Amino acid sequence: MTADTDVATADSPAAGNRDPRRRTSASAPSATSRILLTAGLAVAAIYFLFPVYWLVIAATKSRDDLFGTSGVTLSDPQLLTNLRAVVEYNGGIFGRWALNSLLYSGVGAVVATVLSIAAGYCLAKFTFRGREALFNVFLAGVMIPGTALALPLFLLFSRLGLVNTYWAVLLPALVSPFGAYLGRIYATAAVPDSLLEAARLDGAGEFRIFATIVLRLMAPAAVTVLLFQFIGIWNNFFLPLIMLSDPDLYPMTLGLFSWNSVTDRAPELYTAVIAGALLSVVPLMIAIVSLQRFWRAGLTEGSVKG
Amino acid sequence: MTTQTSTQAPGTPARPRTAAPNRRGRRLAILGLLGPFTLLFAATIALPIFYALYESLTGVERSGPLGRGTTSTIFVGLSNFADALSDEAFVASLGRVLLFAVVQVPVMIVLATALALMLDAASARGVRFFRSAYFLPYGIPGVIASLLWGFLYTPGLSPVVDLAQAVGLQADFLGADNVLWSIANIVTWQYAGYNMLVIIAQLKSIDPDLFEAASIDGASAWQVVTRIKLPLIRPAIVLTTVFTIIGTLQLFGEPLILRPLTGSITSTYTPNLAAYNEAFANNNYNLAAAESVLLALVACAFSFGFLKLVNRSEK
Repeated sequence: MTADTDVATADSPAAGNRDPRRRTSASAPSATSRILLTAGLAVAAIYFLFPVYWLVIAATKSRDDLFGTSGVTLSDPQLLTNLRAVVEYNGGIFGRWALNSLLYSGVGAVVATVLSIAAGYCLAKFTFRGREALFNVFLAGVMIPGTALALPLFLLFSRLGLVNTYWAVLLPALVSPFGAYLGRIYATAAVPDSLLEAARLDGAGEFRIFATIVLRLMAPAAVTVLLFQFIGIWNNFFLPLIMLSDPDLYPMTLGLFSWNSVTDRAPELYTAVIAGALLSVVPLMIAIVSLQRFWRAGLTEGSVKG
Repeated sequence: MTTQTSTQAPGTPARPRTAAPNRRGRRLAILGLLGPFTLLFAATIALPIFYALYESLTGVERSGPLGRGTTSTIFVGLSNFADALSDEAFVASLGRVLLFAVVQVPVMIVLATALALMLDAASARGVRFFRSAYFLPYGIPGVIASLLWGFLYTPGLSPVVDLAQAVGLQADFLGADNVLWSIANIVTWQYAGYNMLVIIAQLKSIDPDLFEAASIDGASAWQVVTRIKLPLIRPAIVLTTVFTIIGTLQLFGEPLILRPLTGSITSTYTPNLAAYNEAFANNNYNLAAAESVLLALVACAFSFGFLKLVNRSEK
């Protein structure tokens, strides 16, 4: 902002001399509007953060305190007791769910990213018959929500005997049409033809070119796809719900849901659901906030240029 | 590197000789780079769609005494669709999500746009914190978000209900008239920050010279917003709106999780719930498939309709 103002002063010294402050009125609001603005932002922050605050407080309470005391203040905190109860419940099944979530999201996101970036690069830099048609089919895939596909996938997988296996959740996670779309846009802009040509003249094979040059140039797009895919799989609920019946295969979301749906019969699970929710949310919240800039970088490429 | 290319280029004899293996290499490369993705796309996206269409057009015919004999699959035309559309509960569920979308989508998009513009106008201090705070719920799985808000809607457990009662308000978040909007609140809470981020990304891409020119012309902050920022972030707003429309019509997890807390959510509350119920409670996969296809068609019609509306008003 300051740099811009300096440039303007240099460009039009007359205007600058007359009233140097007035000109910045568009970018720097007055004191009252600044207070109003901050107040508005703060109110919004309370809305978005309050449930998380409640979760943190509630996770420290015993079952009696959970129902007997105010939800906004601490009372006799016993966070560690609650967390231990979650981790130890039912032979440590929660830990298994956490590992399952990590497996589905980690493997799914990494494979999906590599495959979709390769596809996007190929669609950008190689010409062949049917290329545009194929790209349009993939683009249509971006518009189809996961829940619309879950039921047909279940019908299909039950014919193939894949239902209630790791593959039932993992296989659909390996595809990211959005990744192919973003990959193509990004490759068009970020991978210079001359570089590819030079590598080919040096005798490098196409796959080596992809692995050593292209993947590195497309890293920002790849990180964005990776994050989206990871979050998408981690948060997925419908697909595991209909595909899995063995609790040993559950991801955390489904596991907590299964606990929550029996709380009327097993009220001790109330505290377990809340503390478990906190446990499952914290790592992702840290990741979300610390990786924010990658998020925005990718969105700029994907939404704005597209 | 570029010099190398240009020195080799003019009619060198090396070119035609390498052309033949090069072409085969390229074909192999295309297969290798595009093949795995295309195969998986076909298996997990294209094939299920065709399979759903097939299921929706067929039915199971039982023969023998009391229908206990052999079963066979027969083509039934559009009768599953007719059944779905003559089922009052299913049609009501479609109407419910459409009403939901008509209210929730504009509210959330306006909120996301307002937050993005406010953050853009605020001074640098605190912006990072606020942006992170708004985006945070996006990282919370829908199941957890629904559980969380479910607790916050429950009288006796929720400080929000307590607070409302202290002020003399009767807050009944789970009543028949309110529960749809309680679900809308969960969805808005989760995704407003994400949509805000998309809009911020586009705001950042606006050429700073435009603001410079505007301030020289003496434009007020409000004029900058309405005349420059809003028109230029329009593509991001359109994009987020389309994706939000598609998403809201798919409503499933939130009502399923709130269901035990209230009597007002039926097993056919939303089209996805109805299809789920049809498939797993009634074992009628054919009708469930028809309902899924209908929902996808409605979502498609609405998002394309919106795009068309936007494009027309642009001209």
